[in-house]
Amino acid sequence: MRRIISILMENEAGALCRVAGLFSARGYNIESLTVAPTEDLSLSRMTLVTRGSDEIIEQILKQLNKLVEVVKVMDLTEGFHIERELLLLKVKAKSAEQRTEIKRLTDIFRGKIVDVTELSYTIELTGAGEKLDAFVKAIDLGDIVEVVRSGSSGISRGDKGMRL
Amino acid sequence: MIENPHSCGYHDQLSVAANDFLREIKVELSGGEIVIQCLKDEGVEYIFGYPGGAVLHIYDALAKSVDIKHILVRHEQGATHAADGYARSTGKVGVVLVTSGPGATNAITGIATAYLDSIPMVVVTGQVATPWIGSDAFQEVDMVGISRPCVKHNFLVKNIEDIAITLRKAFYIAASGRPGPVVVDIPKDVTDPNIKIPYSYPTNIAMRSYNPVVKGHIGQIKKAVDLLLAAKRPMIYTGGGVVLANASDLLIQLVRHLQYPITQTLMGLGAYPAPDKLFVGMLGMHGTYEANMAMHECDVLLAIGARFDDRVTGKIALFCPEAKIIHIDVDPASISKNVRVDIPIVGSVDYVLNDMLKILEEKSYATDTDALKQWWQKIETWRAKDCLRYNKSSPLIKPQAVIEAVYKVTQGKAFVTSDVGQHQMWAAQFYHFDQPRRWINSGGLGTMGFGLPSAVGVALAHPDEQVVCITGEASILMCIQELSTCKQYGLPIKIIMLNNRYMGMVRQWQEFFYESRYSHSYMDALPDFVELAQSFGHVGMRVEQPDQVEAGLEQAFAMKDQLVFIDFVTDPSENVFPMIEAGKGHHEMHLSPAGELA
Repeated sequence: MRRIISILMENEAGALCRVAGLFSARGYNIESLTVAPTEDLSLSRMTLVTRGSDEIIEQILKQLNKLVEVVKVMDLTEGFHIERELLLLKVKAKSAEQRTEIKRLTDIFRGKIVDVTELSYTIELTGAGEKLDAFVKAIDLGDIVEVVRSGSSGISRGDKGMRL
Repeated sequence: MIENPHSCGYHDQLSVAANDFLREIKVELSGGEIVIQCLKDEGVEYIFGYPGGAVLHIYDALAKSVDIKHILVRHEQGATHAADGYARSTGKVGVVLVTSGPGATNAITGIATAYLDSIPMVVVTGQVATPWIGSDAFQEVDMVGISRPCVKHNFLVKNIEDIAITLRKAFYIAASGRPGPVVVDIPKDVTDPNIKIPYSYPTNIAMRSYNPVVKGHIGQIKKAVDLLLAAKRPMIYTGGGVVLANASDLLIQLVRHLQYPITQTLMGLGAYPAPDKLFVGMLGMHGTYEANMAMHECDVLLAIGARFDDRVTGKIALFCPEAKIIHIDVDPASISKNVRVDIPIVGSVDYVLNDMLKILEEKSYATDTDALKQWWQKIETWRAKDCLRYNKSSPLIKPQAVIEAVYKVTQGKAFVTSDVGQHQMWAAQFYHFDQPRRWINSGGLGTMGFGLPSAVGVALAHPDEQVVCITGEASILMCIQELSTCKQYGLPIKIIMLNNRYMGMVRQWQEFFYESRYSHSYMDALPDFVELAQSFGHVGMRVEQPDQVEAGLEQAFAMKDQLVFIDFVTDPSENVFPMIEAGKGHHEMHLSPAGELA
């Protein structure tokens, strides 16, 4: 099953390696991984998407907690949560017809065109992974110049937060 | 008044006085001196090490120190195993100091050995100077990167100000919770003798991201007690965690109180006295028939400080098929990792056992004595099979007989280190340890070459005790250079080498599973070990006749101040029994060379 795991950890050199190394050493999957410092610069927040049976997920959570630099670990999938990912997509846009079609599609998905040249559009789109998948599918494959995705970030719903 | 060429007035005098006051509470030290001072403040007795370029500043500071004894090994792997042996036999943190690059990589095997057996160790490695890091400098290796998968934690210290706090954390992390090795990598410029800062050793250590659980959940402990008392066919299975938590006395109290059968893993031997009737022997791949059968048929299993290793469980699907399982462990990740358990208790073994005993003693709980009586009758029929029997009238020396003789001659009181292979299993089966921390072996990683250097650490820690290294002719050659260390420090270790001219365990597997094709397991061109020992300045002996075994040992152990290396020429075809093949269940044991299945 797909799980989204939030990790609060010391913002120290090598901390990311410890998490990535743990996953490769123990043969766990990493589907995506995002990390950046929080408002408290001594801490980093990581969102990790993985897949595994309940037993494997339990081990993943325990092993993450065991890392000396990890402060807190939470499986967001256990409760209501919000998941967002950023997509940047560069697409060929030459003819007027092509440009209108891409603009219309971008509007439908509530995306934004953030860069324009005579030959191309660059689109910014956020949402859950499936929405981004659907958008990429809707664009003609032959027209895509490049696709950049950030991987998912997640946060729980409600007034509680993962803090120290 | 203090002479000061720049002094010209009242204020200068005042500041000199203030500085003197400050100097009293905070001495100025260089990075190298801080490293040594921190180790002193941690109460370190011995550093096991080998100098080199990147740690020369630290070694220079060490030369000026009289409190800490440095043991110069002959190879960095030896340093780590010696520190490990010291740690296992004392319960204190073992300390290693080696240089960058090859010094650090040579230490890796020993670090991984300690990691797999959860041994507290702090390994200080030199690193090239910070401006050179990442430039492929001479003797540069990314030690933090290389060691990451086999340490509990590691640090790269980039500023002199961070040395003291980092070492304090390193010792704390290494020794607390589930212990393990911690590497502290220090670049050469950070230990520069010309840069000095005020020193004080941090007394308190608080880490928001690291707070190991100590006390077990009392509700879970009560549930466990209820389940234990309701058992009709109970079994207690304990591991190295009991030894690490110094919980041997509590375990003995619990087992005697319940009168339940107990088995121990290879790592747990000695925590419960082996000669006791309630002890049914070691379990697992080369465990006793009675221990493995009792595991297979028990209805309640209490696992204490054991980690359900594959050499213990055999095939998971066939493991304790009828049992409800209680598991006490300080490491939550050990619980339900390989085998699902019914009542998990996270906590330090000593705390949990203490609480368990209190609950048992508070109320007059009783066990099911009738069921227990029947259960013991069954176990005794298994025990009557005498699964560790061997041919005692062979014209060749049987390796088991040598271990039995060592047990007799040392009155079961020796510290015994071992290497890895058949001799290790025979030592575990035939030396009946009755105290914890006396059996020193590489159970998890299975490191050949561990025996002799670990005995160095044990002998230094226990100068008045008998220290025995049980080894084979293949293992001993992997760290033979440490015979030189033994000479330098006058360590009277007794090396018992079971010489069967084969890598015995490899040969045994090849015999069983590869139709006796002994691919590269024969030790050709062996040295004359008697002369080898003598060339290092020790006493060498050879014993070739079964009736000479005990006399040879008596003679060796009578030389109290000498290292004696005894080459026992043993039966090359002897195998370790019982044996559970990898991937089989506890009830599927081979009991004899004829392949008799239990």
